[in-house]
Amino acid sequence: MATQVAKRVNRGKRIVSHIGLGQMIAKDWKRNKYVYLMLLPVIIYYLVFHYGPMYGVIIAFQDYSITKGVWGSPWIGLENFQQFFSGFHFSRTVINTLAINVIDLLFGFPAPIVLALLINEIHLNPFKRLVQTITYMPHFVSVVVVVGILVDFLARDGVINNVLVVILGISPTAFLQQPEWFRWLFVGSGVWQHIGWGSIIYLAAISAIDPEQYEAAMLDGASRFQQIRHVTLPGIMPTIIILLILRVGNMMTVGYEKILLMYNPMTYETADVISTYVYRQGILQADYSFSAAVGLFNSVINFGLLIFANWFSRRVSETSLW
Amino acid sequence: MRHKGGFGDLLFGVANTLLMVGLMIVTLYPLLHIAFASVSDPATLMQYRGILLKPLGFTLEAYRRVLDNPMIMIGYRNTLFYVIVGTALNLVMTTLGAYALSRRNLLFKNVIMLMILFTMFFSGGLVPTFLLVGITLNMMDTPWALIVPAAISTYNLIIMRTAFEAVPVALEEAARIDGANDFQILWRVYLPVCLPTLAVMTLFYAVAHWNSFFSAMVYLRSRDLYPLQLVLREILITNSTDVMLTGISQTDAMPIGETIKYATIVVATLPILCVYPFLQRYFVKGVMIGAVKG
Repeated sequence: MATQVAKRVNRGKRIVSHIGLGQMIAKDWKRNKYVYLMLLPVIIYYLVFHYGPMYGVIIAFQDYSITKGVWGSPWIGLENFQQFFSGFHFSRTVINTLAINVIDLLFGFPAPIVLALLINEIHLNPFKRLVQTITYMPHFVSVVVVVGILVDFLARDGVINNVLVVILGISPTAFLQQPEWFRWLFVGSGVWQHIGWGSIIYLAAISAIDPEQYEAAMLDGASRFQQIRHVTLPGIMPTIIILLILRVGNMMTVGYEKILLMYNPMTYETADVISTYVYRQGILQADYSFSAAVGLFNSVINFGLLIFANWFSRRVSETSLW
Repeated sequence: MRHKGGFGDLLFGVANTLLMVGLMIVTLYPLLHIAFASVSDPATLMQYRGILLKPLGFTLEAYRRVLDNPMIMIGYRNTLFYVIVGTALNLVMTTLGAYALSRRNLLFKNVIMLMILFTMFFSGGLVPTFLLVGITLNMMDTPWALIVPAAISTYNLIIMRTAFEAVPVALEEAARIDGANDFQILWRVYLPVCLPTLAVMTLFYAVAHWNSFFSAMVYLRSRDLYPLQLVLREILITNSTDVMLTGISQTDAMPIGETIKYATIVVATLPILCVYPFLQRYFVKGVMIGAVKG
């Protein structure tokens, strides 16, 4: 039945393709003119606010000044890029960006998967819902407040130090002033904030697993742990892989919002990432062309990583974004 | 059914429950600490060392000072404006785009969809965006810089489109026979059917506006336009409760400054934490459909 319909649709398409393109457009316009009218503001929005900056990024190859504009500023080729690659900020920001991402990939990425598997093993529904409601909560707290809490709790006279002093008898540490703590605090607070929210997508994938698979596993005498390993985990593997591809595509990005709030000159050596460097150079120092070049370098690397991760995954696991 | 396992399974269940209780404590404690500290007696709180399990004394002095603070009130007012106007624009744009892109017979649908999806993976970056919005479009130091560039979240657009695609065609055909055009069909057929998804979109967008500080930090110069989060940043992170401490002696100022911080967090966070549990059932579904198809 379904294949018949598909055949008919295909035949229909072939017939349509014999009509000229002009006629097709005319027919489509007649049928969908209101739809295109609806799309108009949306398309304008994407052209202006997404494709506009993609055009504007050509200032990365110029010695841009606001008074001369994009049209009047002189072209300088790859000079801005060379300047970035030869400066000492290049290795520092790239290493910091990668370090934070690697730590996050190792701890931040699996955490919601583990939580979803564990939540799925709760069979008392009210308790399950309570766990979910509470773990979703920090996701709705603003990043300003989260960093505000960190600043307060981790201060020399904050709760964490008070407790550590009493339990371990060590002298208080100003955690946010020490470079060696920064990455862990950044990733750790991220896990605290988003572990629950991140688990939703995996719980959704788990709920799509056929219950018969569990029944079969139980008939074979599988324990709950074995069921997780041999039924649940394989069942959500495609979801994990898709999210992993997207995650790898962001290996060279760390959002500037939280770091800008969390870091200070004392922790720059581990905390300063590409995006925060772009922010300081571009917005604070108004060195537009140079920071646009740094930003473009970052975008291109990210896009390349995404394509590579997708290609690799399609090769190895047959799951891919496209 | 699945409880039939042996001793190992029972042990697993107990360990899992304990782990979940632990996780809930770790999640909740920082927030409870702040709530308790905000109503505690400032001087006692200053002396106290350790974990707070209940408020130390009870006073609403800090809240009184927070609510008397003109900057917080201005911030609140501005944030409400950005949330209401911003979310309204978000909903209109997202709904229009999602409806159009959910049409089955739109000739250029795939091209347009590709153009939109591409922006999720590649962007011009911060500085060109800043120059475009701030300089070319002249939105520097205006409320529009916080609203218009954030008119659509592509992720939300996809969720909404997926919800629209799930609406049975039969519903729409009846309306079309009655001579309804696409605007009427969207308004009378699709939106009523997809009301839960619309509620989730409202929540997502409103929370994003409520919590956003970065574009305000970049584009706004006048303090009159500051949203609450930017005021919060000054109070919590750059440590300036001074404005709220007028008329207090130096020795009292420190402890009260601490409780003011906590009260500010509560005032800025509580509204959202009160809303989301009611929509939880829907947003789980919303993320689900977006996840499965997107």
